[in-house]
Amino acid sequence: MTLLKLNNVTMRFGGLTAVDSFKLALKKGEILGLIGPNGAGKTTVFNMITGIYSPTKNSIYFRDENITGLKPDIIAKKGIARTFQNIRLLDNLTVLDNVMIGVHLHLKSSLFSAILRLPGYVREEKSLYTKSINLLERVELGDFAYEKAGSLPYGKQRKLEIARALATNPELLLLDEPAAGMNPQESQELVNFIRQLRDQFNVTIFLIEHDMKVVMGLCERILVLDYGVTIAEGIPQEIQNNPEVIKAYLGVDVVNA
Amino acid sequence: MNKKKEQLLTLIFVILLAALIWLAQNYFDKYLIRILNLGFIYVILAVSLNLLFGFTGQFSLGHAGFMAIGAYTTSLLILPVSQKEMIYLIEPIIWPLSILEIPFIIALLLGGLFAAIAAILIGLPVLRLRGDYLGIATLGFAEIIRVIANNIPQVTNGALGLKGVPEYTNLWWSAGFAVVTVFVIKRLISSSYGRALMAIRENEIAAETIGVNLTYHKVMSFTISAFFAGIGGGLLASLLTTIDPRTFMMFLTFNVLIVVVIGGLGNLTGTIISAFLFNFTLEYLRPIENGFSLIFFSVPKIPGLRMVVFSIALLLVILFKQKGILGEFEFSWQRIAQIKNSLISRTSEGGEL
Repeated sequence: MTLLKLNNVTMRFGGLTAVDSFKLALKKGEILGLIGPNGAGKTTVFNMITGIYSPTKNSIYFRDENITGLKPDIIAKKGIARTFQNIRLLDNLTVLDNVMIGVHLHLKSSLFSAILRLPGYVREEKSLYTKSINLLERVELGDFAYEKAGSLPYGKQRKLEIARALATNPELLLLDEPAAGMNPQESQELVNFIRQLRDQFNVTIFLIEHDMKVVMGLCERILVLDYGVTIAEGIPQEIQNNPEVIKAYLGVDVVNA
Repeated sequence: MNKKKEQLLTLIFVILLAALIWLAQNYFDKYLIRILNLGFIYVILAVSLNLLFGFTGQFSLGHAGFMAIGAYTTSLLILPVSQKEMIYLIEPIIWPLSILEIPFIIALLLGGLFAAIAAILIGLPVLRLRGDYLGIATLGFAEIIRVIANNIPQVTNGALGLKGVPEYTNLWWSAGFAVVTVFVIKRLISSSYGRALMAIRENEIAAETIGVNLTYHKVMSFTISAFFAGIGGGLLASLLTTIDPRTFMMFLTFNVLIVVVIGGLGNLTGTIISAFLFNFTLEYLRPIENGFSLIFFSVPKIPGLRMVVFSIALLLVILFKQKGILGEFEFSWQRIAQIKNSLISRTSEGGEL
């Protein structure tokens, strides 16, 4: 079943075409990688899917529903969550609060009942708390629940950002360079962690990554973007040997030599 | 510490406060009562501004505008009919305001309500702006309200203002509304809605992608803040008994802003303390404006010298205590119990030595 579909989506900023006729059909349950040199338009693709940008041309479908141009919070409610290349945590709030805000979007209590602490709200808040603590335990951040998110070490901040995305109970998880700044051992742990996520939380994962070990070890299918154009698509082995991809990354001479 | 015990402590605290207010209202001199009244009104104003600025991260300079709406609404609704006939010299007051005279509490709530409605109308377009731009836009709004008040004499009596507003505001009203304001805003920020507001303050894009509806939450915070500003304005009008458009100039917003910054952005306890600190210092610094002599030189009479003291205080706070006078401390019974326990353990350790 196709979970996410982009039909030749184009994004222009003035005269610059950041993403040109991008085509994608993401199957439920797969782990898809998006790679490409700097400035290829990878993050722009994510920004279009999550509603931060609205594509200049054509549409995006999530579970056969047109989500083009919807606002980010609506798209989050529909089941797409993401992390950011440069971590965007709520630094001055606790780790627990960071996750609880993610669960907030499924809350039904009114403002009125929240202020008066009516039974309905108290019940919801309690289940919110339990859910969040459970989630933190599952990603091994339980011990840090009451620490400020900004004070966590780098690797844990990355993990927390993923946990926060999971808190929204998504079907599709977009990870923007999850291994950035990690050492080889950390990124190996990350590969295992992401694989577990897919199985435990039943999410489909679409990720951008520069660390080839992570990409090749994790993704079942890879898309390569260069200057906004998709230049290759396939399983990891095909991508590794694709001359177009090597050219995009290393230049023409290498291919000829 | 369990919930029952906390509730009991809160109840005792409220009773104590009520006893204190009774004492103050009956035995304190008028001057002191007035300062206390102003203190409580500033609690309402500053705590409501802190909700918007400190917790939601939206920099607004429109507080005086909302106060003006509340103050005029309340005053017009409680002014005795005979008084209205007397003071409208430029143009007679329009119907139905000319015959309306309603109870104080309803007038106050209506004042808050109108301020809140204005906040929704102005908030929807203006809250798209960020940072300084939002500050400028809201400042413009407050000035517009003032100019309008100046130019519709058939409603507001123009620049002549409203005189002889009944003095209903006493410590019961001001303290009562201060308690309600603090209660509502404390409850709000410690709920999941409050968490969403703080998420907006921390990082708008992140908040949005985890499902926080920016417009809704910003407008909500703006509206609640304006509602209490309106009530504060109404209480102020009935305390001063005379209001005119000049009462609601920019400096009023800045006074409230000083209280919020000194008290600490996002710190309610600090804001409450600094509201009283501000008003008491403002009053007791009056003598320095009459001129005084230090050992080597004498300072002549300078009206407004008090505010220089505040400017310096503000600079010191911004330089050395960015989180306000209390820093990270926020009052709660739990926190008090923690401090008590640590004190006890320290003294017992001392005893062993």
